[in-house]
Amino acid sequence: MTTHDSYASATDTTEGRVYSVTGGDWDSLVTEIGQTKEERVVVNMGPQHPSTHGVLRLVLELEGETITEARAGIGYLHTGIEKNAEYRTWTQGVTFVTRMDYLAPIFNETAYCLAVEKLLGITGDIPERASEIRVLMMELNRISSHMVALGTGALELGALSPMIFAFREREKVLDVFEMISGLRMNMAYVRPGGVAQDLPKGAIAKVRETVKELRHNFKDNEKLLVGNTIWMMRTQGIGYLDIAGCTTLGITGPVLRSTGMPWDLRKTDPYCGYENYEFDVVTTDTCDVYGRFLIRMQELEQSLRIIEQACDKLDKSEGQPVMVADKKIAWPSQLSVGSDGIGNSLDHIREIMGTSMESLIHHFKLVTEGFRVPAGQVYAAVESPRGETGVHLVSDGGTRPYRVHFREPSFNNLQATSAMAEGGMIADVIGAVASIDPVMGGVDR
Amino acid sequence: MSETIGMFGTSGSGDTSGFGGLVRSAANVGSSERPYGSYFDEVTDELERAYPEFSDAIEKVIVDRGELTLHIKREKLFDTAMKLRDTQSLRFEICLGVNGVHYPEDKGRELHAVYPLLSMTHNRRIRLEVSVPDADPHLPSLVEVWAGNNWHERETWDMFGIIFDGHPGLTRILMPDDWPGHPQRKDYPLGGIPIEYKGATVPAPSERRSYQ
Repeated sequence: MTTHDSYASATDTTEGRVYSVTGGDWDSLVTEIGQTKEERVVVNMGPQHPSTHGVLRLVLELEGETITEARAGIGYLHTGIEKNAEYRTWTQGVTFVTRMDYLAPIFNETAYCLAVEKLLGITGDIPERASEIRVLMMELNRISSHMVALGTGALELGALSPMIFAFREREKVLDVFEMISGLRMNMAYVRPGGVAQDLPKGAIAKVRETVKELRHNFKDNEKLLVGNTIWMMRTQGIGYLDIAGCTTLGITGPVLRSTGMPWDLRKTDPYCGYENYEFDVVTTDTCDVYGRFLIRMQELEQSLRIIEQACDKLDKSEGQPVMVADKKIAWPSQLSVGSDGIGNSLDHIREIMGTSMESLIHHFKLVTEGFRVPAGQVYAAVESPRGETGVHLVSDGGTRPYRVHFREPSFNNLQATSAMAEGGMIADVIGAVASIDPVMGGVDR
Repeated sequence: MSETIGMFGTSGSGDTSGFGGLVRSAANVGSSERPYGSYFDEVTDELERAYPEFSDAIEKVIVDRGELTLHIKREKLFDTAMKLRDTQSLRFEICLGVNGVHYPEDKGRELHAVYPLLSMTHNRRIRLEVSVPDADPHLPSLVEVWAGNNWHERETWDMFGIIFDGHPGLTRILMPDDWPGHPQRKDYPLGGIPIEYKGATVPAPSERRSYQ
């Protein structure tokens, strides 16, 4: 028994001796554990741990450095968004769901809005320009999300520089978001029936310029990691999950595509007019962390291609509506970007306060009461950066959802942690979790 | 589903606007008639061929908004799921989880479990729906059929109190282990903190007057 260590204190429990390690001198701890006869050690990692990707808790049973059992504990970021949405109108629901997977807000919003539109039966009435803007925003969002996945993934495995480059590129995308929607995250920009407002002047030019910069800068990241010996040794053959494992666990997204399965909802079940864009579904057949990393890297270029095509389409559809024509669904005000995000346009305020009382009544009714949605249930899905984001909506015919449920890819895919980590080394569990790219806001909702 | 009276659910308030007399009831959707359209006829035919007890297992078939929903009796859920996964012509390899819905007015069928299925082989989607009474909320677990349902079933137990028999470890997943009640049920209040502003209080969202 060594002297008391305030950083690594030991206590005896009925289950055995428990050591709490929060930093400090590891040598004394290692010596002390080395004196016990038992080989098996249970290590608790997280929920506050820099490399568990948010508030994720991993309980690992080890024999030496080999993991014999891995369990993931979640729920530390549960916010009750699904319950809250039952007490707000269908339109207000957008501001809630956008906060679920906070790295992919546009995907949450679009999936939710596609489901509401399906319930309303207006899927075919959504203006083309609105769909084009949605595609543009989604693909920009895919880039910003993948940048975080690649940057933090590399950081967690010890490569600091790629993170700095990745976040630099992400900032550029967030600047575009800010210009278009007024906000960098959680924009509530996609609304049932279309989008909140048209693109501001100069947005397309800014997007084109950003695409050019990003395409140039992505090469930096590629040079840092692709073919890098240390990176390859840390990622190749790690976190193995083949197609049988993926299907039984319901895994979608880059993890499924790393098994060679070209499954991408944008191709297999197109929405928002994705059938009119030219792009490739990127796959690898290595089933490992390296394969998933390569897929994300190459999907960036595919997203840039789609963004360029969306820009061309948006140039042609200049001036067309971005909201469904039905005045019972579309909010009357044309919102505009102010210094604090989206707000009412001053022209509209002038009309309802100064000239038209009917406009005021209509505005008041639609905003406070909202629109009714015919009873029934639907399921709508989009291909988010992490896989299939599905929305199950139930309506009882009222102005508020009866039930909103998100089938979050992060939540589902995180189940693969055990399959990927067990039998491997403890250092590799970090890479495996990073390659799933779970966002805890989406996992816990 | 429920019947609502009045715009805010109030009655006997002396309201002369006429809104207090409004009665709205959601239509109860019956079984759809054949042909169902799209690939739905083929799926039901194939399932019937592969699973002779199908007509006994099924409560109703609903085709709505371009989606097929099969209402299955809970005793037959496991067998139906197996057939849907393994039959060559069906091949629903992926189950996208399970979601609960609580209908407190639907006596004897209060809790529903909804399973969206996906066949990557045929690029088809269908939905299974099972109902159980609140007094006996037991369902067979489908973890053996689709391992990915593990966490989804835990979530549905956590949020609705549906017990999945045969689940390898049915514990709470999102709420703390010692949490009382099942938050997504309709009889569970949303709660929240009343906000005080200049002496007046704004009630929590679930207690505010709102349109129905």
